[in-house]
Amino acid sequence: MNPIIDGIQKALQLILSGDPAIYGVVYRSLFFSGVATIIAALWGTPIAMLLGLREFRGKSIIKTFFNTLIGMPTVALGLVLYLIFSRAGPLGPLELLYTPGAIILGEAVLVTPLIISIETTAIEAVDPEIMDLARTLGASESQTSLAVLKEAMNGIILGNIAGFNRAIAELGVALLVGGNIAGLTDVLTTGISMWTQRGGPDGLAMAMTLAFILLLIVFGINLTIVIVRKVRILLTFGKSPQ
Amino acid sequence: MTTLAELKNLTKCFGNRIVLDNITLQIEEGEILALLGPNGAGKTTLLKILAFLERPESGEVEFQGETVTEKNAERMRLQSAIVFQRTLFFSTSVYNNIAYGLRIRKLPQSTVKEETKKALRLVKLEGSEKRSVKKLSGGEQQRVALARALVLKTKLLLLDEPTANLDPKNVQIIEEVIATINHELKTTIVMATHNMFQAKTLPQRIALMNDGKITETGAPAEIFGKLSKNLASFAAVDNTFTGTAKTTSAGTTLVDIGNGVQIEATDQRQGVTSIFVNPQDIIVSKSAVVSSARNVFKGRIIEVLDLGSLVKLRVDVGKPFTVQITKRSFSEMQLNLDSWVFLAFKASAVQVI
Repeated sequence: MNPIIDGIQKALQLILSGDPAIYGVVYRSLFFSGVATIIAALWGTPIAMLLGLREFRGKSIIKTFFNTLIGMPTVALGLVLYLIFSRAGPLGPLELLYTPGAIILGEAVLVTPLIISIETTAIEAVDPEIMDLARTLGASESQTSLAVLKEAMNGIILGNIAGFNRAIAELGVALLVGGNIAGLTDVLTTGISMWTQRGGPDGLAMAMTLAFILLLIVFGINLTIVIVRKVRILLTFGKSPQ
Repeated sequence: MTTLAELKNLTKCFGNRIVLDNITLQIEEGEILALLGPNGAGKTTLLKILAFLERPESGEVEFQGETVTEKNAERMRLQSAIVFQRTLFFSTSVYNNIAYGLRIRKLPQSTVKEETKKALRLVKLEGSEKRSVKKLSGGEQQRVALARALVLKTKLLLLDEPTANLDPKNVQIIEEVIATINHELKTTIVMATHNMFQAKTLPQRIALMNDGKITETGAPAEIFGKLSKNLASFAAVDNTFTGTAKTTSAGTTLVDIGNGVQIEATDQRQGVTSIFVNPQDIIVSKSAVVSSARNVFKGRIIEVLDLGSLVKLRVDVGKPFTVQITKRSFSEMQLNLDSWVFLAFKASAVQVI
């Protein structure tokens, strides 16, 4: 029988079977990339606020710096991090190599430029007079910045979702600093890579299973955003006085 | 009367431009003071300084006897509120916009709810709590902006052209609100306006502004009385002219303002008279229109000012008139500097001061 068709059939069976090994991989993917995105947002948002709200010398250089890093090849970053985490590297003593921590940290570094870029644009798009408005209503400087953040919330959420998408879909960092250790650091992307290389009907079946799930997650998130936006538009039209 | 705020020898610059030139002004507690002057006179900047949002290059700002500095400005801002000319809102409901300042002041939920409801009632927008501000009409938005400021019950309320570009119904509501809060809450109000009619009826005192300076202050009757004889101050406000009035056989008044321009008004007057025509009452057309308008003049556009969705034009019909049209009309009529146009307005639109 055609190995590809055979593989597809086996893949469907595997997905429906609820195989704990597979769902373990899915869980780890979601968890590592999720935490990585949160970390990137935590240290990226203050930077985006600085870039979005303040004027200072060297600002455009820093913005260009982050914009350029968006396109960082994941495997190149993976190599850099490998060298840093390895025993001979500066963070060697932390023994992070081939642990979940390395993947989380690595993906956080990977998606930070993307999150900063999108958030900065969203913050810059907020009418600067909003700050004067908040001030005149009695807000302190920090409350004023918070008001701007709230106005930019749509863009900020979008930036974080884009970051998560990038994290969960990347291979280079997870492979090089995670090592694809079964049950510990294997994720969807590293799994797809490994099973495809193993080949054979079973290998292809597993690879297709994981790929299918990965596509489901990524498209699912994006479809949800589109639907939520459309629903919001419909709701606001529904509420209009006309 | 005690002095609430004082500006002493205040100068404010933006880059090389002097926007406020050695201004000295006292704001008495409980009064309504109108700043009257053309665009660019510095009214908005003066209000922003009183709102403690801008700092002057030189001179002092005093509030309740205390000098305002960089350090205490944030604290002082809790005592004044400004409503900007361009309505600006947080992207949320009417309720949340109005409640914002109250929540900053850490007032309890129940108080926030009660005060917000009261404010909405005052501006005649009860029941609008859940509506999205961005969906409201221009007039409703201005009323929400006003409610948002007055709910804070600050000592000083600053209004930048509060009724500019609004329909008469909304103008009336807002003017009533202003009069009410001044009368009942004894709020001191400083308002910038273009509108001579408003300046006559609402404030207790007027400060005339031009080119960053205050040229005169006084009660409306005083100022308008003097203006009739003072051509120079007149040039400071759009569409105000002095001339000689004569009653016509039809029972109207013809005012000769010079250069062959004669304006027909319904108010009866004789002798030296001052008149004012609201820019919004003037219709602009490319050709002469046969209509009930008694005043039709042909002139050239000598100045174009882009105000976003509106365009302000100065048209020389022998005397310069300021008119206001939508940007859409401006482009549809293909108007430009030096274009010839016809201005038309009714005799009843001419306000005799």
